Order: sequence, then structure tokens, then C-alpha cells
Amino acid sequence: MDFALIVLIELLRAVAGLVLIAAGLAIIFGMMRVINIAHGEFLMLGGYTVVLTTKLGVNLWVAILVLAPLFVGVFGIIVERCIIQFLYNRLLDSILATWGLSLLLIGAVTVVFGNTVEGVATPLGGFDIGDYKMASYTLVLIFAAAVILAAIYAVLRYTRFGLIARSTMQNPNMAEALGVNSKLVYMATFGIGAALTGLAGGLLAPIAGVVPSMGIYFIGQAFITVVTGGTAIVAGTLSASTMLGTLSQSVTFLSGPVFGDAALLLVALILLRLLPQGITGRIFSRSL
Amino acid sequence: MAAFGYWRGVALVAAIFLAILLFVPAWFDLFEVLQMTQYVVLAIYALSLAYIWGFGGIISFGQAGFFGLGGYAFAVISINMGDTTVPFLLTIALCFAFAAVLGYFMFYGRLSDVYLGVVTLVVALIMWKLISHTAGPEYAIGKARLGGFNGIPSIPIMRVPFTDREMDPGEMFQYFMGLLIFVYLLLHVLIRSKFGRIAISIRENEVRTGLLGYDIRRYKLMVFSIGGALGGASGAMWATYQTFIDPNAFSLEMSAKCLIWVMAGGVGTLIGPIVGVVALQYLSLKLGETAFINNLVILGTVLVLLVLLMPRGIVPTLHDWLRKGVALVRQPSRGGAP
Repeated sequence: MDFALIVLIELLRAVAGLVLIAAGLAIIFGMMRVINIAHGEFLMLGGYTVVLTTKLGVNLWVAILVLAPLFVGVFGIIVERCIIQFLYNRLLDSILATWGLSLLLIGAVTVVFGNTVEGVATPLGGFDIGDYKMASYTLVLIFAAAVILAAIYAVLRYTRFGLIARSTMQNPNMAEALGVNSKLVYMATFGIGAALTGLAGGLLAPIAGVVPSMGIYFIGQAFITVVTGGTAIVAGTLSASTMLGTLSQSVTFLSGPVFGDAALLLVALILLRLLPQGITGRIFSRSL
Repeated sequence: MAAFGYWRGVALVAAIFLAILLFVPAWFDLFEVLQMTQYVVLAIYALSLAYIWGFGGIISFGQAGFFGLGGYAFAVISINMGDTTVPFLLTIALCFAFAAVLGYFMFYGRLSDVYLGVVTLVVALIMWKLISHTAGPEYAIGKARLGGFNGIPSIPIMRVPFTDREMDPGEMFQYFMGLLIFVYLLLHVLIRSKFGRIAISIRENEVRTGLLGYDIRRYKLMVFSIGGALGGASGAMWATYQTFIDPNAFSLEMSAKCLIWVMAGGVGTLIGPIVGVVALQYLSLKLGETAFINNLVILGTVLVLLVLLMPRGIVPTLHDWLRKGVALVRQPSRGGAP
């Protein structure tokens, strides 16, 4: 019984991890059809923000929940203004440019902070389930993932900004004809996507080593989740994360973390063979 | 006449390459010959992407997957067999087959450009992760231990085919340069064949080509597999040139470099990417010597600037400027052009 609970929490943690690292990417891809290869480096910047500010004596939670998203969000807007805005409707070029940005960021951060692993202690300690011990921070991650998904849904569904954003997503020309400044919407969307990514990076900082190249460990999973999910932001991210997270975590239980990743890819490949537009291309195609 | 001009250009390039093949080992010292061998290997790697991107419209973000696979496959097979010629051929066949299987899922799933790029990228990433985790002695194929992050050392040096004699650096340069000329000519023949023309028409307009009755999935799969085989061949050459291969052969940086060379040289040409390799590798070698500029910063900056300022590549852009310049000089008055 205890063991079943542990397994359940671990599965939830895997799903939450995928949701966290993929949410920002899903927003940017779903809304703007831009695939941001520098996504992993946005995570890394969020992680570094937390590490550096906590070293300066800032409270850990302030650093994770406020400073990391703020900094990466602002950085994202700068990137959008300097690079991305010239490349809308040039999908491959935007991928290549963000790839360049990714290399540039890894290199620059390595030059400034060195190629060493930084870290912050995992807060909150642990709790017992029968004979097993569990880190409380795991629950924070699961909770954060749930809140993020709910917040995206609520903003898109119930606010004026969400309405404008969805209309721009569906038909940018029509939205513009009705007086929407689509450039502003795109800029805000990219900023929000980046901020969410920064938040995810901050949340992951206590459990992952923060190094300039840390993004590489996450982007594979993030891309696969978004691509398998399809273009619906909430439904896509949630369904793909649940499916892939559960599967890869199960394989990890049975044969170690390396094959978990490989299984994730294999399942995604087969899924894409069956549903080339992603899960939400065929099923739930009218959801958010 | 147009076809004649085309082949004249190809022949000229091949002749220059042949001259390089013949004279470089005699005229340059050992270090420079080794350096140029590196350019030659990477040029074949760049051609693998230049072909599928420029002449099949398939953009692979994970070309390093084939490069690394070729390197590791060659290492494992040649360490076990003790020979190099047969392992080299086996490696190429293996990479062709791997590309065909991967391509089956992608092309028969009719994935669009973006998805294709992302899937290839992730495949290379996962291979990098898998191979990095093979540190223990239990991860061995025959006599070859995979070695995790440390890679596989003491890979056999390329032998003169059908003999037991290891090539010296000059001979290896000539052998690889010969292969480069062969690949260059082969790709040109392929591009001008019926198969190549259909592949180009798919790049230009997939739907229209499909409606004309061609099975676009099959053609794309073939193009992609040829690219995979070439990428694998270059990886194998890299492994025997360095006598060493490590997981970085699969890295994102390796994939990105390939894209940058092809972009810089110009998509849709074969000579451009070769020029791109030499120019950018030389640049990063020189700038790397200064030690305070990180190589990744240079690569990243080059890529961003290329996309923003010269999306068609350096060679075609310069060519355009040159033509405009010539036109300006020839026709100072703008009116009454024939």
C-alpha cells in the first residue's frame, strides 16, 4: 500500500516535471508557431537567477517564484524584440536563430560563471510514508505544475487578454482587422512563455545541478512533449505529459533512467506515426 | 548548353580538388596536412546535410546522430574485426539502414518540416544521452568497451584497402580527399538524374509533385537515407582520423555546426558548404587561439547573424552583390535595357 502510494507520487512527479519544462514552450509554439530551441537555456537562466540571488541573501521562495520568472520574462521580451520579431512566418529561420541564441547563451554563461555545477539545497526536508521517505519538495513541484496549467487555462478562457490571444492565434489577419495589435500580443506571449520557463528553471534549481549546459538535459523531453501534444496548449501539454511521463517513469522503475528517455522517444515516434499533428490534432482538437 | 556549363563548373571544382589531393601532402608540413584532413572529413559531413536540405528539402537538426553513430559503429566493428575497409563499408550500410528506419516513421507519418526537425534533433539528443551512460564494463560490444563519457580510445587507423598497412597522414589525406571528390561527383550525378530532379521538385512543391503521381514519401526516405549514410561515413572517418570517439560526436553543437556550415555556404549548392566548413573552422581555430572568446559564443553569433542578415548564405549573397555590381558598372544609365 505504501509502495503503491510512492509509485503514484513518483509518476505524478514525472508528469509534473514534463508539464513544468514544456509549458512555456507549448505557449510559444501553440500561439506563435515558433519553436524556441533556446528553451533549455531559458530554464538555465532561471536556475542561475535562483542560485545567484539566494547567494546574495534573497529568500529562496522569492527567488524562485518572483525573480526567476521576472528576469527570464524580461529577457524573453528583449529576445523577441531583437531576433524573433523579424522571423514570424519564417519558421525554419526562427528555429535556427534561437539555436544560435542557445549556443551563444551557453557560451556566454560559461565565460562568466565557469563550467561548474552550482546548486541550492533542497528546501522543506522530507516526510515518511510507512517505511519510505519522500522529499516534500516533490509535492511542491506537483502542486506548481497543477497551478500553472490551471492558470494558463483560466487566463485563456476567462480574461480579455486570453480572448485576444486566442483570436490572434486562430486568425492573425482577422484579429488585426478588428483592431488587435498582433505584434504586441506576440511580444507579450513570448514574454509570458519565457517567464513560465524561468519559473520552471527556478523550481528545478534545487533538485537539478545548475550548469551552463543544463538545458540539454531537459529540451529533448520538452520538445517531444510539445510535439506529441500538438497545438492545444493546456490539453496538449497535459495529455502528452501524462502519457509520456507515466510511460517513461514506468520504464525507469524497471530498467533505469537512461532507457526511460529512450522509451519516451520511441513512444513519441510511434504516436507521431499515428497522429502526425500530435494528440490534439485529432482528439480534443477543439480544446485549449 | 546549360547542362554543359553546369558540368564544366563541376569539373573545374573536381580538378581543383584533385590538384589539392596531389600537391598538399608534398608542399605542406605535417600539422597543416592533419588540419586539412579534418576539413575534408567535416566537408563530407556538411555535404550529407547540404544534399538532403538543398536538394530534397529535408532539414535535419540531428545530423550529428548519424555522425556519432558512424563513429561509434566504425570503432566497434573495426576493433572487433581488426580490419578497416570492411568495417567502413559496414558502417555506411548501418547508417543507411538506421536513417531508413527513422525516416520511415517520419515520412510515412507525413510529419511536416518543423516536426521533422524536432524529431531528428531529439533522436540525436537521446543517442547522446544513451551513449554517455555506458561507462561500466558491462557495456561492451565484443572487444570494444563503449566507455561512457570517456569514449572509445585506440580506434584502428585507416589501412590501405586490402592490405594490412596503416596509412601515414599524407596518404590518409589523399584517401579522404579522394572520397570527397567521389562524393561530390556522385551527388552531382544523383542531383542531375531523374531521381534527383524529382527530389528537387518535391522540395519546390510537395503537393504538386505528389499529384503528378510520384510517391513523395519514398523519394524523401531515399534522400534522407543517402544523407544518413554520408553522415555516418564522415563519422567513421572522423573516428579513424582521431583514433578516438566520444559522446560529443552526437552533441547538439555538432548538429548545429553542420547547419551553420551549410547555411553559411548557401543551401542549394554543394561547393558552398565545403567552403563554409573551411572558412568557419579556420575562423574558430584562429579565434580559439586567443582563448578568451568561447567557441560557442562565436558559433551562436554567426548563426544568429546569418539568419537575420544573410538567410540565403554567404556564397549566394556575395554572388548576388557581385552580379549587381557588374550590372551597375555595365549599365550606368538605367533606361532602355534590352
